[in-house]
Amino acid sequence: MALNPGESARIELTVNGIAHQIDVEARWLLSDVLRHTIGLTGTHVGCEHGVCGCCTVLIDGEPARSCLTFAVQTDGAAITTVEGLAASDDGLHPLQESFRMHHGLQCGYCTPGFLMTALPIYERAPEMSDEELRKAISGQLCRCTGYAGILSAIRGAAEIERSRKGAES
Amino acid sequence: MKPAPFTYHRPETRGEVDALLAELGSEAKILAGGQSLIPILNMRLSSPAHLIDLNHLHDETAGPALDDGHVTVGPLVRQSSVERSELVTERVPLLAETMDFVAHPAIRNRGTVVGSIAHADPAAELPAVLAVLRGEVVARSATGRRTIPAGECFRGPLENSLEDTEWLEEVRWPVAAADQGFAFEEFARRSGDYALCGVAARAERAGDTTTVALGYLGMGDVPVCTELPPLGASAFETDEVEDAVARVVEGQLDPVDDIHATVAFRTHLARRLGATAVRRAAAKADTAGQDS
Ligand SMILES: Cc1cc2nc3c(=O)[nH]c(=O)nc-3n(C[C@H](O)[C@H](O)[C@H](O)COP(=O)(O)OP(=O)(O)OC[C@H]3O[C@@H](n4cnc5c(N)ncnc54)[C@H](O)[C@@H]3O)c2cc1C
Ligand code: FES
Ligand code: FES
Repeated sequence: MALNPGESARIELTVNGIAHQIDVEARWLLSDVLRHTIGLTGTHVGCEHGVCGCCTVLIDGEPARSCLTFAVQTDGAAITTVEGLAASDDGLHPLQESFRMHHGLQCGYCTPGFLMTALPIYERAPEMSDEELRKAISGQLCRCTGYAGILSAIRGAAEIERSRKGAES
Repeated sequence: MKPAPFTYHRPETRGEVDALLAELGSEAKILAGGQSLIPILNMRLSSPAHLIDLNHLHDETAGPALDDGHVTVGPLVRQSSVERSELVTERVPLLAETMDFVAHPAIRNRGTVVGSIAHADPAAELPAVLAVLRGEVVARSATGRRTIPAGECFRGPLENSLEDTEWLEEVRWPVAAADQGFAFEEFARRSGDYALCGVAARAERAGDTTTVALGYLGMGDVPVCTELPPLGASAFETDEVEDAVARVVEGQLDPVDDIHATVAFRTHLARRLGATAVRRAAAKADTAGQDS
């Protein structure tokens, strides 16, 4: 396959479980396609060179920078963005609830990236050492809240999930 | 901050990559994990006319493999898979120890080991580790293959020794011998950031003497590898280690001033990190020798 400047290719992207058929140019970043083409503006863009982490989404289950991936490369992939966290009926995801409880955000600009980075690890977080957890989120920058609340929020999410399950049964 | 237009190629076999490079040469750039190349494109520091995306090559291995005294990684082996590999932990402990220092988890999920070597960033960890281990890379093109020793891979900052029509199909990491010990040390402002200074050490024990090789990163245009004079057992009870490292730092390293650190600070780091690495690697070579 070759795609010339100005030409588009049709790709299929499953975002938060919904399949989208979209036309993309080769140079379009996944971050821009999520925000501008699909209209999911929860994925934030801070630096566009991999440093701030606020554009982090899950690509086939693994956190990755959407600003350092071309959309055309993700043809056929499953993407999870921050919009995929909260259930439509059931309110916030336990991780989001925990960020609210533990003062894990102020302006919220960095929050989508922290949430998507924490999503694959929050269940293990209570057992992780401080150093391990800090390393796991070392690629994310927050410029206004500070990291103490964010760490407690990631640690606290599993507990919220458990107590919700307890309340159900 | 968006890349300039380019023609995007998606080859499915290594042979197709060879053919594209034979045709396009210096007009084309290989796209692997994109974690160094895409920032450069986004900032328009470079605007190649063609990108050759390796990510859809068929039948590529996803993890490291063992081959003839080496642990080998192919062009699509992600840094995260090397980090989690038991084979690497057992056979190339220095590489395993270093992976944690390379960028951040989300970057390592896409960034490749081969891409990091090809990128030849003087501040990157893996080129220095490959050099100190005396590893090698395999380059290929439409006209054949050649093996390049690590010492000849790096020409300058972000400059490898490949021809325009060549690309890397493999990086080969020598399996550790029983009498060797290793250590990696670095100082960075934030965990996972490029280091202000870093050093890898490889120690070998023969009788009462220990030979140590050091590979520095961030202290010159390319990784700087050097061997210390053989150290007797008493060296480790005195400042002889520190003195030997200081002579290397003084004579062979060429740090520069920049916004992150002065030459004096980098020199201080090189001495302290170097001595710590020598002592740790030598201690491990000691215990490694006793085990066998
Ligand atoms: C925020 C951030 C922090 C980082 N911190 C560090 C760090 O601390 N230490 C560190 O070492 N790295 C760091 N990196 C870089 C990261 O490790 C990259 O993944 C790596 O340097 C390049 O690998 P890649 O697969 O992403 O290559 P790409 O970005 O795809 O390519 C990089 C270069 O190598 C060439 N190339 C790639 N593969 C091949 C091949 N098979 N044959 C020939 N040429 C090839 C490309 O053409 C390009 O010129 C960081 C990156 C970011 C964004
Ligand atoms: S916008 Fe992608 S890391 Fe900053
Ligand atoms: S909450 Fe404002 S940057 Fe993190």
